[in-house]
Amino acid sequence: MVDALELAARIGSPLTESTFRDNRRMDVAATHILPLLTTLKNDFGFNMLIDLTAVDYLEYEGARDRFGVVYLLLNVDSGERLILRTAVNLPEATLPTATGLWRGADWMEREVFDMFGIRFAGHPDLRRILMPDEFTEFPLRKDYPVKGRGERHNFPVITRAGS
Amino acid sequence: MPLTPVDDPEVKSSEREYVWTLNFGPQHPATHTTLRLVLTLDGERVLDAVPHIGYLHSGFEKLGETLDFNQYVTIVDRMNYISPLANEIAWHHAVEKLLNIELTPRCKYLRTILAELMRLHDHLLNVGTTALDLGGFTAFLYAFQQREKIYDIVETASGQRFHTSYTRVGGVLFDVNNAWVDKVRAFVRGVPKTHDEVHRLLTKNRIFIERTRGIGYLSHDDAINFSATGPVARASGIERDLRKDEPYLAYADLDFDVVCAKSGDCYGRYLVRMQEILESLKIIEQAIENIPAGPVNIDVVSDMVLPAKPAVYRSIEGLIQHFEVIMPNRGYDVPREQVYAATESPNGELGFYIVGNAETRAYRVRTRPPSYIHFGMFPHMIRGHQLGDVAAVLGSINIIAAELDR
Repeated sequence: MVDALELAARIGSPLTESTFRDNRRMDVAATHILPLLTTLKNDFGFNMLIDLTAVDYLEYEGARDRFGVVYLLLNVDSGERLILRTAVNLPEATLPTATGLWRGADWMEREVFDMFGIRFAGHPDLRRILMPDEFTEFPLRKDYPVKGRGERHNFPVITRAGS
Repeated sequence: MPLTPVDDPEVKSSEREYVWTLNFGPQHPATHTTLRLVLTLDGERVLDAVPHIGYLHSGFEKLGETLDFNQYVTIVDRMNYISPLANEIAWHHAVEKLLNIELTPRCKYLRTILAELMRLHDHLLNVGTTALDLGGFTAFLYAFQQREKIYDIVETASGQRFHTSYTRVGGVLFDVNNAWVDKVRAFVRGVPKTHDEVHRLLTKNRIFIERTRGIGYLSHDDAINFSATGPVARASGIERDLRKDEPYLAYADLDFDVVCAKSGDCYGRYLVRMQEILESLKIIEQAIENIPAGPVNIDVVSDMVLPAKPAVYRSIEGLIQHFEVIMPNRGYDVPREQVYAATESPNGELGFYIVGNAETRAYRVRTRPPSYIHFGMFPHMIRGHQLGDVAAVLGSINIIAAELDR
């Protein structure tokens, strides 16, 4: 089991540790997320990034930050899991990319960018992945309606005659 | 011009006129669903592949924020529609972890049997269609004949063949009866013969071996670096299976082995899937003979589960309970917390990250889709191979576009 105090001393930033059910979580400042990920991967054997996702806290009661970004890590050899959470705010909403550590982070970060508009500085190919390239909004943000804003109706219709 | 021009550093990229681009998909028989690849080819050799996805994106995660925990099951079983019940089990596994619900022993066994039937369902399809794409039509027909029987079993349990929506928070829609148990027993007896037939058609088939061995190689370290899980990871020598490592449902009681291979190529993934079919049969055989009696749903008193329909129509307590669960201003006691729970789906680790906000629906629900994560490594696996190998690699990582795009 990785010790939170030791980790905090390594990266020089406080970590808030919490546990819910069997999930062990650590909250860290966005400025220290990359050193923390690097330390965990290189020195503590968390060699797999299981998932990377985000949460929009716009309508969440008592939330102070706009977005939470969640990293789910796994130590393949020991089976230990760890969840790292950090927060970013508009207008920058930028985090350093984790693609240098895990190539698997490539598409995960692209999806978070596509859905939430959170940018990952240094990502080699940060384009939309699920939504069309000409789409301008970020659909999983809470201020985006479930029904959409009529984008689908504005797509140009390509007819057989006109193509 | 040198024999293999791309390897010659003297040739500048602007002079590579022999390199051409091929659009593969979104409607192509070998993709099975809608995904598109832009391949850069030197003759038949693939220099690079750029996947374009999103053709089936339907906002499933956004819908999860508007539907309650029982309603959303109709959406999750449309994700990986090759093994719909596996998604439902994964979804309610996560919800039950959030709500801290312990299932009844009967429900655990029932869900275990269904999850393993779905693994057979997925692996039979995958082995069959991979062979089909590589020109072996017969194995596909043998495999599909057994899949048809799984549809029948699932229909007997849930009333639906495909999108079953069978699980509920704290249990399942209906309990199963003895006729269902007999049906599963008869099915389990029939599969080894089909397995043997497919095995004899493919495993030592020279054409099949030459089309798959050494193709789409993924090393042990790359598999970890690319977040591979499930059969893809196990074929690269990662000994990891959530059924063993983090036992859920009834897996801790059952005897089975984790299947691994070291080769990391398409043939290795085929062999892992074939052997997992036999391991799944072992699990089903044990579980079906030891399925405990007793209630399938957790006790109604807990206020967490939908009561059985006869109780709703014939007793006031049942009606009240139904009302309490269904009405949006009542319902579950959801903590303001976040939880991640994963199951070993046929395709890999299928997890849900749920954020609860004291409402009967999730504030945010994230699916960890194995297809999406595996497809991200496709360009790495296909580089340097032939155009014809695209079908072999696509088949071996089992991309289901509905789960890929959600």
